[in-house]
Amino acid sequence: MSEHEHPTSQQSIRAEAIESLLIDKGLLTEDAVDEVIVQYNERVGPMNGAKVVARAWKDPAFKTRLLADGTSAIAEFEFSGGEVDKLVVVENTSDVHNVVVCTLCSCYPWAVLGLPPKWYKDPAYRSRIVREPRRVLEEFGVQIAAGKELCVWDSSAEIRYLVLPEPPSDIDSASEEELAARVSRDAMIGVALI
Amino acid sequence: MDGIHDLGGKQGFGRVRREQNEPVFHGRWEAKVFALLRAARTAGALKNTDQFRHAIERIDPIAYLSHGYYGRWLGGLENLLVEAGVLNRQQIDSKALELGADTDWRVAARPVAQPDVVGYESEEPSAIRPLPTEPLFQVGEPVHTRGTGTAGHTRLPAYIRGREGTISAWHGGWVLPDSNAHGRGENPEHLYTVAFSGAELWGEQSEPGVVVRIDLFESYLLKM
Repeated sequence: MSEHEHPTSQQSIRAEAIESLLIDKGLLTEDAVDEVIVQYNERVGPMNGAKVVARAWKDPAFKTRLLADGTSAIAEFEFSGGEVDKLVVVENTSDVHNVVVCTLCSCYPWAVLGLPPKWYKDPAYRSRIVREPRRVLEEFGVQIAAGKELCVWDSSAEIRYLVLPEPPSDIDSASEEELAARVSRDAMIGVALI
Repeated sequence: MDGIHDLGGKQGFGRVRREQNEPVFHGRWEAKVFALLRAARTAGALKNTDQFRHAIERIDPIAYLSHGYYGRWLGGLENLLVEAGVLNRQQIDSKALELGADTDWRVAARPVAQPDVVGYESEEPSAIRPLPTEPLFQVGEPVHTRGTGTAGHTRLPAYIRGREGTISAWHGGWVLPDSNAHGRGENPEHLYTVAFSGAELWGEQSEPGVVVRIDLFESYLLKM
């Protein structure tokens, strides 16, 4: 079933009706939505997670801290606007590939990745990734060797998960900034490789 | 509740469809839903995240699948605003008609006259609640999950019920969503990450080398 079957304008109208009634009651101002747009377009997003990953690749002491206590380690960056009770960072290695989902709603590490892409929230991904992760990853263009463990993290409580992808071969010569620019959001969810 | 939201392992949804160059918001109304959420908090209709998640679980199941993420939020939000008496359904319907709504469009909200709620405490920024009690389970210990669901909110998905797994991490005490969603208190419990093999969950259909790790509260688990 496609989410495009119902014209968005109908939802937009419903939202506008509720907004208008709440403004009449003095519970909302018309510019509240502009703040939201700035917050999620500029302050919070996968660029934050990419900085964390690049530093972990370049700085072994940071990587150790990050894997031991992700929450404290990301506090070193002072990202604004993203909150997380507990962040657990899971490392992709030659033995294990990690991928993240929330089957019950759409929990996602907003503090480091911003808002999730649409496919992450859709029924197809949420239903299938726990049952046939290798097939789903193949559809994303990612082949995981049969001998490698494939670990799916279903974020069912308030702990949020971030995948630390395997680094590219030139991490010694590339700068942290160059590496950060190459870390994709999808790799930090676990549906892409670097 | 055994609602449509509990999607883990369901079959038939087809390929995962990705959108190229997806914007953060597909329209201004999606961002508007965030602003409406804040207003619902101000109005006292939205008390905590667990309550909000349950309000979304209670929307029309067909709308759940077809209205998208922010459509689900909008439906959950309308449930809470109407149930708290901040707005009423007729008021929203007539305002929407005024703005050009189709009368045959499926509204997602399904507010109930008497929500299953006791009374809410104010929400704290974190759900972590250190406990004086010792955890019942140790890392490495095999456990069984509870086999049955509940009428209300829970974070034990159907595909994990009645299965055997292994404790892989212990996270200390956390607010229990099953209770907090309904204003029955925080009732914090020990929280664990539990690992399940693909074969335990899906039998012979399982792909090789699959492990599902999921965070489960102590009352979801049984000693072996």
